Amino acid sequence: MLLILLGVLIMHLVILILLIVSTAASAWSVGGDMSTDLWYNCMTSNGGYHCKPASSEDWIQAVQALMILSLLFCFFSLIVFVFQLFKLVKGGRFFFTAIFQILASVFVMCAAIIYTVMSPDDGSVKFGYAYVLAWVAFPLSLISGFIYIVLRKKE
Amino acid sequence: MLTFVALASVLLLGIVPEQTEGIAIYTGWERHALLGSDIRLSCSFFSWRMTSEDVTFSWTYRPDGSRDSISIFHYGGGVAYVDNKGPFRDRVEFVGNPSRRDGSILIKNLDYNDNGTFTCDAKNPPDIVGRPSSVRLLVFEKVPIQAGVITGAIIGVVLGLLVLIVVIYYLMRFLVARRVFSLSVSKHGKKKKEGSQARQGPVPPADPTKVKAAASEKKKQESRKDKK
Repeated sequence: MLLILLGVLIMHLVILILLIVSTAASAWSVGGDMSTDLWYNCMTSNGGYHCKPASSEDWIQAVQALMILSLLFCFFSLIVFVFQLFKLVKGGRFFFTAIFQILASVFVMCAAIIYTVMSPDDGSVKFGYAYVLAWVAFPLSLISGFIYIVLRKKE
Repeated sequence: MLTFVALASVLLLGIVPEQTEGIAIYTGWERHALLGSDIRLSCSFFSWRMTSEDVTFSWTYRPDGSRDSISIFHYGGGVAYVDNKGPFRDRVEFVGNPSRRDGSILIKNLDYNDNGTFTCDAKNPPDIVGRPSSVRLLVFEKVPIQAGVITGAIIGVVLGLLVLIVVIYYLMRFLVARRVFSLSVSKHGKKKKEGSQARQGPVPPADPTKVKAAASEKKKQESRKDKK
């Protein structure tokens, strides 16, 4: 039982780290020598690294907000999980943890979908690692949420 | 006595250098405006001296990409002189209040050619040493939304909803426990409670705190009886 608990906790921490990296790194789109979104458009040119703030279009701001929200909800669910671990009645289910984790996964999904649909179609610009991490974090957090629904506190 | 002299000297030393600080002029940093609209460029100053009658304000304009400045407004000797020959003829109006140290101007019917830097220079004799301050004007066809406004709005709304839901949840539970609410649900709730005691805890977070709420209510009733 302790092993399952440890596994679930490690998975949660991994999801949290994925979300942090995906939100903080400005590498949702890369192309040649430039890496843009979510927060900065950075370009390496003439031996320098120039960054200017990302465009303040509404869809980019929506993606920023949804990523931050999913990060916050994943963090809340971690805190609630630790809290419920000690306070829950024997045999009870981790409902609040599951709700927060599933909400986090929904927000990441929305953010990734909005970015996919709205990012400008340019031949030379490909999706960067932060974008990939967001898409990886979505099913992981969904699975983690379902695990919390099924998990019961041991007698 | 010595302390009084020390304090007085500190005060005097504190005041005197500041009188030579000069005049500090404040304008905005950047202004965004829609094509065809009017914009008020504000300019105010701070000076240790009282506002004199010979206070002057001058505005100069430097177009984007040009090195030359052209003077477009001057206020001096109680009279405001506006541009009557340059790019802003008949479009500048003085809307400031010199006695309140406000030297703002209003520019009407903006055009793309008005993109540039506007510099305000104010003088409050004898306080004339100061740095003019500049404000950059950007004329847009459609004013772009500032970075972070939508982000902040979405985050604020969702977190606010979360807090609201949590508060409502605890409020409902508190009210049902206090029997203020006599819902028909409470009958089902009672049946559920009796049924669940046979099994084990269907709604885990609720149970321990419901027990606590009932216990605290019992304590309150007992304390009321004691008071009586």
